[in-house]
Amino acid sequence: MIAHIALLLAFQLGGETLSRGLGLPVPGPVLGLVGFFALLVARPALADRMRPACSGLLSHLSLLFVPAGVGVTAQLGVFGADGPALVTALVLSTILAILAGVGTFLAVARLTGRTDADG
Amino acid sequence: MAEPATLWSYLARDPLLWLTATLVAYLAADRIAGALRRHPLANPVLLSVILLAALLWATGTPYRTYFEGAQFVHFMLGPATVALALPLYENLGRVRAALLPMAAALVAGSLTAILSALLIARALGVEGAALLSLAPKSATAPVALGVSEAVGGEPSLTAVLVILTGIIGAVVATPILNALGIRDWRARGFAVGVAAHGIGTAHAFRVNPTAGAFSGIGMGLNAILTALLAPLVVRLLL
Repeated sequence: MIAHIALLLAFQLGGETLSRGLGLPVPGPVLGLVGFFALLVARPALADRMRPACSGLLSHLSLLFVPAGVGVTAQLGVFGADGPALVTALVLSTILAILAGVGTFLAVARLTGRTDADG
Repeated sequence: MAEPATLWSYLARDPLLWLTATLVAYLAADRIAGALRRHPLANPVLLSVILLAALLWATGTPYRTYFEGAQFVHFMLGPATVALALPLYENLGRVRAALLPMAAALVAGSLTAILSALLIARALGVEGAALLSLAPKSATAPVALGVSEAVGGEPSLTAVLVILTGIIGAVVATPILNALGIRDWRARGFAVGVAAHGIGTAHAFRVNPTAGAFSGIGMGLNAILTALLAPLVVRLLL
């Protein structure tokens, strides 16, 4: 377990180093994701051994956003008079973005004949 | 034996108290969500935040003190992001087969998120730095903050807008997509990841593993595309 966590942290550290060192717009953990993915492709046997640590982290991903969420409640003052307009824009825009994404995905999947068997 | 007031002032400043409170609030939120049969508004992030905010308010605890304890949970976001490589790897065959739909949905979702937020807010009278802060709100926080600064927004406002976008996405996605009868978990997950980053992805993993894997990809790709598109859209539109 310690080895698995260490491997995830090492990839994050490598990603942070690359991101900051080269001034890339991509955050370190995302670069770490790409590196870890490349390692899994190179060493498929690793996937089984990494599964408990990874699924443990990902099944409680919601928990990890709670501290930042509490931070929002401490900062609602930053909205000022724009609060209602900003929240309306967020709600509508998020719904529109989900609909645009799903609609485009399904339309292109149908055009290319790549609908999912799994449904 | 210590005076209760002395004991409290010690505990209230100790990271242990607020770390424990964060985990207990999450467990309670998860129970409540279960009891409400996973009603969309009973989102565990939203419920935990409400419970903890009420507790901080009732005890007069500043956020900085709370974060001393909660930072240990917050820290795990980094390794969890790296861990998203595993579901991506396990779904590699299906990801390869969906490259074109994903590319098209990424551009459509990302552009819609940026454009619609700016146009709606501007129509409602928002202007200046507050409007610019809105542009990268669908991207994951570290990217969104950088973009906000680059386009002349207010990063602290963007941080709040990003978290709210994630919670809104996690709350609205399932009822809307169910109402439309969309059963393709790849499309559902991917669109939610693009529109509502990590909080949307956390929700997707709770709903369906395939949706979670595709949501993680959508989040990662939109982080990159928003960094490129948002400054361009702002320059052309505003």
